[in-house]
Amino acid sequence: MASAMEQLYQQVILDHSRLRSGERSLEHPHGESFQVNPTCGDECRVQVRVTERRLTELGWTGKGCSISQASLSVMHEMLEGESFDDAEELGELFRELMRSRGAELEPADQQQLEDLSAFTGVAKYPARIKCALLGWMALRDAMLQAQHD
Amino acid sequence: MSELLDVSGDFPLLGRTVREGKRLVYLDTGATAQKPTAVLDAERGFNERHNAAVHRGAHQVAEEATEAYESARAALAQFVGADFGEIVWTKNATEALNLVAYAFLNATLGLGGAEANGFRLREGDEIVVTELEHHANLVPWQQLAAKTGAVLRWIPATADGRLDTEQLDVIGEKTRIVAFTHASNVTGAITDVAPIVERAKRNGAMTVLDACQSAAHLPVDFHALGLDFAAFSGHKMLGPTGVGALYGRAALLEQMPPFITGGSMVEIVTMEETTFLPPPQRFEAGTQMVAQTVGLHAALDYLSDIGMERLAAHEDQLTALLLEGIASVPQVRVLGPTDTRDRLAVVAFEVDGVHPHDVGQVLDDQGLAVRVGHHCAQPTHRSFGVHASTRASAGVYTGAADVEAFIAGLHRVIDFFGVGA
Ligand SMILES: Cc1ncc(COP(=O)(O)O)c(C=O)c1O
Repeated sequence: MASAMEQLYQQVILDHSRLRSGERSLEHPHGESFQVNPTCGDECRVQVRVTERRLTELGWTGKGCSISQASLSVMHEMLEGESFDDAEELGELFRELMRSRGAELEPADQQQLEDLSAFTGVAKYPARIKCALLGWMALRDAMLQAQHD
Repeated sequence: MSELLDVSGDFPLLGRTVREGKRLVYLDTGATAQKPTAVLDAERGFNERHNAAVHRGAHQVAEEATEAYESARAALAQFVGADFGEIVWTKNATEALNLVAYAFLNATLGLGGAEANGFRLREGDEIVVTELEHHANLVPWQQLAAKTGAVLRWIPATADGRLDTEQLDVIGEKTRIVAFTHASNVTGAITDVAPIVERAKRNGAMTVLDACQSAAHLPVDFHALGLDFAAFSGHKMLGPTGVGALYGRAALLEQMPPFITGGSMVEIVTMEETTFLPPPQRFEAGTQMVAQTVGLHAALDYLSDIGMERLAAHEDQLTALLLEGIASVPQVRVLGPTDTRDRLAVVAFEVDGVHPHDVGQVLDDQGLAVRVGHHCAQPTHRSFGVHASTRASAGVYTGAADVEAFIAGLHRVIDFFGVGA
């Protein structure tokens, strides 16, 4: 059986931390948010461009560990082009996964998470949950701002 | 090379395993030290026999508690080269440093009468810190400057993480306070205190030394160093958490208005006003952490039995082993001096292409406990152009096998993330 650490660093995570899908700055974003992880000083900026409550463009920049960078990369792949409602639903599901202490969610939910399900092992390490959620906090905040504009 | 010490058996926690049966290799002593049985027994023994509030009440147990508390103070004074009345108990070094900063603030606000004149700051006065400070010896001074209109200046760090002694002229006529670390908790560099104290004195500035890392690993003598103040924490010196101390030159403590106020630090209280006890009681408000002072006393006895010179020699050898081992891993860059001269066994480093969190995680999986993050010293990290690092730090109980395990762990990190050449 894979050790807890091998479950943490799934290949999907290692791949995405190098792939860095969506790493770019957007021109004239409708919403953006900058978040810092106070324990390590890691930071990320998420920017969104929006048409009729849809994330037509999603870009991010940041420095951080493999978990935080992979989480941003997967977030971009799964959510660019999607509706606010879908983004909120997926974000909520991912937060639920991070609260699950390493247990899988219901099969249907786990399936909906797609590549994010690779983060299941992260929830066993309390110090790393914040890394996984950093980009998602920024996305939620950026979407809020875009709604207000 | 002389023999390394071999005392890990005195530290019960080091006998445990972590992460499914792996031997714990504790390399985070820079954050907090593990405690020998003698310290745990002393605290328990005190609580079983002598626990009472100190300096209050006249019953026998209270007398014994007071005696234990004051004899710990005497032991600590002797340990760091101070007089009995020059040691103020605090919760930790952070509180001790704030105590001094708040004496300046409260005096500047007009408290403390004419005696406190030496602590009054005027707009344009300067406070000098350094780029190698722990936030505990930086943020209180930033706050003091913001509240009083004083100007904060700093001595920069060199590329290898020492204080830049070419730039001591930051300390000048306008300087009122020079607050600096005796040893960096990131780079491990030990400060040459004498030229800084000399320059501060010549300009009439007071000196505040952060002795958190040094007092735990080197022989220190605050009188010999000519310091005005020094701060340190018990938990880094094999003692309990919840107890630390401020050393203050007797004449200065006399002049200082109190920081935390309330019970146990007063003479006469009316509804309108209060007069305060002389130091050190003036600065020890509220019910004190008596058992922790007793534990710290036992820690000082333990360290004295070994001898701080011997401990320093032991740790010098570990520094050499750590630096040598790290040098054999080309992907690793040390943030700090790479020679053993004037440096503690505290080694922060960067692994090319691997974030410190990820380094720490793979080390943790092998039972290796290191620190990751900015270690409460963001500006120090910024001076190296990084956000965060991984840090291994050794102590009295660290052995050559621990360093070997650590170096093997580093190789595993390189393999795991595929960043090898
Ligand atoms: C150099 C230095 N200064 C100050 C501190 C603060 O000590 P404490 O957190 O015990 O107050 C530490 C420890 O973290 C330190 O290493």
